Amino acid sequence: MPIDPSFAGRTYPPTEPYEVGVEKIREFAAALGDDNPAYRDRAAAAALGHPDVIAPPTFPFVLTFQASRRLIDDPDLGIDYSRVVHGEQKFAHTRPVRAGDALTVTVTLETVRSAGGHDMITSRSDVATVEGEHVATAWSTLVVRGEG
Amino acid sequence: MAQTYDSAPVFDEIEVGHELPAQTFTIRRADLVRYAGASGDFNVIHWNQRVATSVGLPDVIAHGMFTMALAARVVTDWAVDPGRVQEYGVRFTRPVPVPDDDQGALLEVTGKVAAKLDDGMVRVDLTATHAGAKVLGRAQAVVALG
Repeated sequence: MPIDPSFAGRTYPPTEPYEVGVEKIREFAAALGDDNPAYRDRAAAAALGHPDVIAPPTFPFVLTFQASRRLIDDPDLGIDYSRVVHGEQKFAHTRPVRAGDALTVTVTLETVRSAGGHDMITSRSDVATVEGEHVATAWSTLVVRGEG
Repeated sequence: MAQTYDSAPVFDEIEVGHELPAQTFTIRRADLVRYAGASGDFNVIHWNQRVATSVGLPDVIAHGMFTMALAARVVTDWAVDPGRVQEYGVRFTRPVPVPDDDQGALLEVTGKVAAKLDDGMVRVDLTATHAGAKVLGRAQAVVALG
């Protein structure tokens, strides 16, 4: 069953705050094999003008991936996750995520389209602090492969 | 060692066509396990060969987001301050199979300044290849330079 395009525009409730810890950022940077001191050392981050250790540009995916379950598990959409492939990903940063941030994610289903028997779903995840400061927006396009 | 803006690229000195230092990354199975843990993406196709091949993949494949993150290194190492990356987007056009050996899979990443934008920003176009084939499409970053 193709996904009904009329669900485009649907917005899900914001996630509970995610508290960004310096050790989580260090763990993520280590997983990338990236020893950039801005990800590890407060003094190094401060020398670049950041109030605390900052996270790599793709780090918001840790939060938005969790938040996207709201959309993937939405019974109205009926997505078969075993058929999902990640097609595209984009980030726009107002500022880098940094240690000490408490962030919520608001997921919006932006577009639904079908082509070649597949559904393409683009979601937008707005990442903001609990104080309401916008930090980043992430767009994910998931391809739901058709059956047969 | 603390870095400063002193070694960072300067907008007025950077021309379109400027090539960023290329990098080659080695992706081994252990790297995928570690990335799965750090990112929270435990999809079995990234660590279980039996499941990966049963759904038609050639082998365990790297997380697209891991490949995307590695490719970003060419930009963040050049920019000195990773916080200067304003936008970063890719298409996942081809998977990177990661064999169960010590050699792993090689990811070669090059980048060059494709456009100078307003407000001291440049657009960097990245090319990421594995085994001679591009694995990312339309890989672009917008970076604020001093």
